[in-house]
Amino acid sequence: MARPQSLSRRETDLLNRYQRDFPLQPRPYAAMAEAMDMAEDDVLAMLADLQGRGVLGRVGATVQPNSAGASTLAALAVPPARLEAVADQVSAFDEVNHNYAREHEYNLWFVLTAADDAALDQALAKIEASTGLSPIKLPLEAEYHIDLGFPL
Amino acid sequence: MIEIDDKDHQLLARLADGLPLVSQPYAEIGAALGLSEADVIARLRHLLTMGVIRRLGLIVRHHELGYRANAMTVWDAPDDEADALGAKLAAYPFVTLCYRRRRQLPHWPYNLFAMVHGKARAQVLTQIDQLNDQVGLRRLPHRVLFSNKRYKQDAARFGTGLANAR
Repeated sequence: MARPQSLSRRETDLLNRYQRDFPLQPRPYAAMAEAMDMAEDDVLAMLADLQGRGVLGRVGATVQPNSAGASTLAALAVPPARLEAVADQVSAFDEVNHNYAREHEYNLWFVLTAADDAALDQALAKIEASTGLSPIKLPLEAEYHIDLGFPL
Repeated sequence: MIEIDDKDHQLLARLADGLPLVSQPYAEIGAALGLSEADVIARLRHLLTMGVIRRLGLIVRHHELGYRANAMTVWDAPDDEADALGAKLAAYPFVTLCYRRRRQLPHWPYNLFAMVHGKARAQVLTQIDQLNDQVGLRRLPHRVLFSNKRYKQDAARFGTGLANAR
């Protein structure tokens, strides 16, 4: 496992400040640069560098579950000897965007997104057919947390 | 489901690949979709206002920063108590996600979920103890599922209607 990345103070500031409320104006990085007392090119270079180091996933949006399609959490109870192989099979599905091993009899946890609920069920059926394991499907019913990003 | 049009879907698909790191990123994604820069900005503002986009900004990969003790704690909460308990859990600053999900009986009896991300397992367990004691959850059946490996972490993609945009 790679060593954790450490951040400069300026990088931490940038990441804390713009996990939400990203400027909606023609030159957003210039607006960030002005607020940070930096040059636009330096902000762009810093973001590219953070992305290269794997710290910044992307500049993008988190989408409200089930507002622009359907999504669900699902899990499989995988025999430990098969875990790596089954994880790779599951990750290969375009519908799967997060996939983690967890310490439980249900040891492989993943999030699926698709156009609608029927497409989710189709993907789960394919996962069952290709792994021989029955997924549990745990769709969201209520959300209590406001997504504010991750304070560093 | 909130009604959004095909262009909105295409725009969200573009954003799943990330806003480009160029001086005028909205103009660049607009050019690919046949939209003006102003139209892209107006659509994004509208999607934020409607709550389709929850957050627009830098998506940080916390694992790479050493936040590797990632615990999903689950409780089997009585249906008529789950919402009140969830609201209390969500108020803790170290709870990064909190929601209620449908049970799948008999395999999975737990309906209340809270995520805690930390750098060390001992610290995360202390925080979960605090939740159990202060929110009065210790009496409920519960489990802590630490993540020990991440295989995939991408943006959500919603299939049909979006595929055309890529």
